[in-house]
This record gives sequence, C-alpha cells and structure tokens, in this order.
Amino acid sequence: MNSATDTTVQPEPAGRPAVTPRGAARTGRSGPGRPRVGRSGWIAFVLLTAPMLIGLGIFKYVAIGWSFLLSLSDARGTISLGHWVGLDNYQTLLSDQTFRDSLLNILLFTAFIVPVTFAASFGLALLVHRIRRGRALLRTTFLIPTAVSYVAASLLWKMCLFNGLPTGIANMIGGWFGAEPVPWLQSTSPPLYWIVLVTLRLWLQVGFYMVLFLAGLQAIPKELYEAAALDGASGRRLLTGITLPMLRNTSVAVLMLLFIAAFQAFDEFYNLFNSGLSGTGTAPVQTPLVHLYNTAMGSQNYGLGSAGAFVLTALIVGVTLIQGRFTGFGRSGE
Amino acid sequence: MITLPGLPRSARILARGLLVGVLTAAFLAPFYLMLRNSLMDSQGLTAPEWTWWPSTMHFENFTALFDDPSVSMGPALGNSLLIAAITAPVSTLLASAAGYALARIPVPGRGVVLALVVATLMIPGSVTFVPTFVVVGSMGGVNTLWGIIVPGLFNPFAVLLFRNFYLQFPSEIEDAGRIDGLGWLGLYRRIALPSSGAMLASLGALSFIDSWNSFLWPLVIGQDPSAWTAQIALSTFLTSQTINLPGLFAGAVVTITPLVVMFLIAQRYIVEGIATSGLKG
Repeated sequence: MNSATDTTVQPEPAGRPAVTPRGAARTGRSGPGRPRVGRSGWIAFVLLTAPMLIGLGIFKYVAIGWSFLLSLSDARGTISLGHWVGLDNYQTLLSDQTFRDSLLNILLFTAFIVPVTFAASFGLALLVHRIRRGRALLRTTFLIPTAVSYVAASLLWKMCLFNGLPTGIANMIGGWFGAEPVPWLQSTSPPLYWIVLVTLRLWLQVGFYMVLFLAGLQAIPKELYEAAALDGASGRRLLTGITLPMLRNTSVAVLMLLFIAAFQAFDEFYNLFNSGLSGTGTAPVQTPLVHLYNTAMGSQNYGLGSAGAFVLTALIVGVTLIQGRFTGFGRSGE
Repeated sequence: MITLPGLPRSARILARGLLVGVLTAAFLAPFYLMLRNSLMDSQGLTAPEWTWWPSTMHFENFTALFDDPSVSMGPALGNSLLIAAITAPVSTLLASAAGYALARIPVPGRGVVLALVVATLMIPGSVTFVPTFVVVGSMGGVNTLWGIIVPGLFNPFAVLLFRNFYLQFPSEIEDAGRIDGLGWLGLYRRIALPSSGAMLASLGALSFIDSWNSFLWPLVIGQDPSAWTAQIALSTFLTSQTINLPGLFAGAVVTITPLVVMFLIAQRYIVEGIATSGLKG
C-alpha cells in the first residue's frame, strides 16, 4: 500500500516528470518535514472531495445534530427548535408499550432470519461451487430474486402464496399432506405470520449472501485441499478443517450485514400488514422502524421520532461494536 | 453438505440432481406465479380448480394499469427511471472522485477527512429517515424528485471501496501521465477514471438496483402522487381498499421487469459488485 503512494509524495509542479526514485521518497517521509504536494495538489484535493464532503456534511452531520436537538424538544407538527423538554421524549418512547413490543419483535425476527439466511446462503454457495455443469445458470437462478423489491414480493406473498384461501399456494401444498387451510397473516396463535416474513426475506436476500460465500470459496487455494487429500482427509473433514476456517472473515462480514439489515426491517412489515384505511394499527407485529414511521409521519411528532432514531442507532452501533470485539472484525481495516 | 458417504456415485449424482431441481423450482416459482396471475381474469384467479396457464391471456390487465389515473403507474415508472438513472452514475462518480483524492493526493490532514467519511458509516442508513426528513423538508424538498434523489447521492461506503481500489492502482501508469504533463485532476480524469470501468459499472449497477427498489425514503418524502415512485404506486395499489387481483400482479410484473432484464444483461458486474462490497464490508 505504501509503496503505491510513495512515488507521488513530492512537490509537484504540474507538468514536471516525477523521477524521484522510491528509496528517496521513503527517506523523505521518515525525515523531518512532511512531504508537500503544492498548491495544485490542494486545489485538486478540494475539488475532488468537496461534493462528497458537503453532501455528507448536510445530510449526515447537520441532519443528525438538528435531529438530536429536536429529540430534546417538544416538536409536534414542526421541525423548528426552541421548546426544550429535556429527556421527556426518550422517557415517553421507552415507556411506550408498543415501542417496547416492537423491539422484542425485531429481536425475535433477527433471531430467526439471521441464522436461517446464513445457513441457506452457505449451503447454496457450496452447491453452486461444487457443481460442474450449469454453474452459471444455477447461480443466476438463486441470485435473480435480488432484483425484486420488497413491495412486489410482499404483494405475491400476501395475495398468492399465503393468501389464506384454500387455493393459496401454501394451503394447497398443505392440503396434499392433509392439512386444513389456515389464514397465514391473521393467525396469531400460533403466530404463522413469522413463516410468511422469514420465507419472503429469505427468498429475496439469500442469493446476495451466497455470492459473498462463493467469492470466499473461490479464494481458498486448491493446494490446501490437494495436500489434505494426500493426507487422507475427505468429505466432512475437509469442510471443518479447511473450508470453514478459511471462510472466517466472510462469515463475520455476512453475519454483520445480515444483522444490520434485519434490524432495519420495514418494507415487508409495512406492505404485508398495512391494509388501506385501517392503517398499521391492526398489524399483529410491528418493527421499530414501522413504529417510528407512524410516530414521525403519522402523528408528525418529530421530537419523539428523532428520539427513536437515536435509540435505534445506539442499539445497532452497540451490537455491531460488541460483535466486532468478539470476532476481531474491522481491526485490520481502516 | 451434499456429500453422502456410503452411497454409490450414481445415487449421489441423482440426489444432487433432485436437490438442484427442487431448489430451482422453488426459486423460480414466484416469477412464474406473478406472470401467470397477471394474465388471468379475476374469476380464473379465485376459481377453486388450478390452471397452469390462462387459456386466453388478458393483456388488458396491463393496459388498464396505465389508463387508471388512481394507480398512476405510468408517471411513477417514469419517476423511478429518472431517479435511478441520475442516482447510479452521479453517486458512483462522486465516490470515485473522493476515493481517488483520499488515496492518491497526499495533502496533510487527509487522514482527518477520511475519518469524517468513515464516521458516517457507523450510522445505519434507513434508521435516520427522521433526521434526513427534517433537513430535506426545511430545504423545501417534500414531494419533489430532487428531495428523493439528493440525500442518496453520497455513499461513504463507496468512497472507501474506491479508495482501496486506487491505493492498489499501479503508480507507474500515473508516472507516465505526469511525464505527459498531466496535473492531479488530469491524472484522475484521463488515467484513473478510464481504468475504473469495471468498478464503476459494478457499483453503479448495485446503486441502480437499490435506488429502483428503495421504499422507505420515497414513502416518507414523496407523499403526493406526482412524486410517487413505482414502488410507492404499487404499494398504494396493494393497500388500497379496492382489490383488483390481476391488476396487482400486472403491476408487480411491470415494476420488476426492468431490473430483471438489467440483471440478466449486467450480471457479471452485479456479482462483482456484491463480492467487492461484501468482502470489504
């Protein structure tokens, strides 16, 4: 990495050839005085980074700062500051039973969807990796649902696969095995809607994570397997001795991405349970984001909505950091 | 997973073939059902007996989508196309420019700039729709297309990916450019950018998909039908009180088709994009 930048660290009047050898640049770096790039370097740096920095400044830093102040204000139907209420919004939010239920729901959902997607995407990756003929076709088959939106998938799951009618696909398949038709989305005991939610998200995202595992599998040197095979290892032993340890980084990345995505679930919960004028109030299960949406956009309580955004951000960042500590992820990165 | 010791080779091949067959059917069935349902009429869809394919295909389900002003599917598709066609190239180019400067131009203090970019990565995207709404709302962006587009143009993660990419860029090529009299901007525009084609295509394709399928932000900021995207139009249609089943499925087919076509054409780039962003992620 360093050697790549070394030849460029020198005073650089545009138009003059860079002929300083690498060794010289390196001693220049460790010596007194930092390398200078001159005015043209500064101008170029500012021009190239300014749009990104201004954008992130406004839509991340200003937005978060303003929203934090709003979370300390009574801001109903307004986004202007001034009516300070301290931590009242946080107190209201955390003592709200529907918000606490939504936190419990998202934990449950995460506990289902993360391991299921992890195992399924790993299994599909192994299958595609080992197959010889038709590998590209099979990969496309598993990946193509990634192109479908949650709205369209919710429509199909709600109106066709799990519509609760005897002619619905799920009930039809159940009927072959002698099961009675069930209302999948409305039934709360047992809570069958979890099956609808998990199968939908699994179908949509499993191909994406399969591609990550495939890239990890392809990066494992073949010599490892050959050497192990010479030593008499086979089958299961190769999987646990070579494949799994070599996929450690990929696994950690997949787990983290899955967790963050699950915690922000909104689209399918909104579209499966929202039925027109009745709103989401009758939904058997709400996620924190659906709750936030109803608070901020429905009741236009931007103070309470801001407080919710901070509680959720803190939760996600907290869990990500803990997960990072346990797995050592990100330490070698930036 | 699919190593079955103790079975003859032919049985294993058969078992694997069976598994592949079942999985393929399960993954493709939703596409088939969507298409089949979109071409049937209401009676056929709710009839107790199963039909594999409608004997007469009802293409009028599709034309009705565009004739019905309450669904607003035509303008919504136009909005979605415009939004994705702007977001994908612009967000990718902005990230590439910033990534190049952070990787290649050794101005003092660029570490601080990098830290400011990385810090925003900690903030999970959709959770902050309230803060973003506050800012975009105060700038008059409610119910406008720019209000939907602009907050999505700044992707700190893509900046990091491009920075890594340019760090590994061989400096000999740039040296040659310098001899030809190029400054920093020239080096970026004439040498680095043209060599980033695959990277731009990969991240651009992913950005296009995300933009086309995004739901929460357009729902928050574009409440007026004039600012509806295809996803919002479809969702409103789905949650409205009048149920028009064949029309719904026709709507789903119409919103999915552009991406499926793009997927089949640009699959190589999409796979590459997922692999690069995931492994770094």
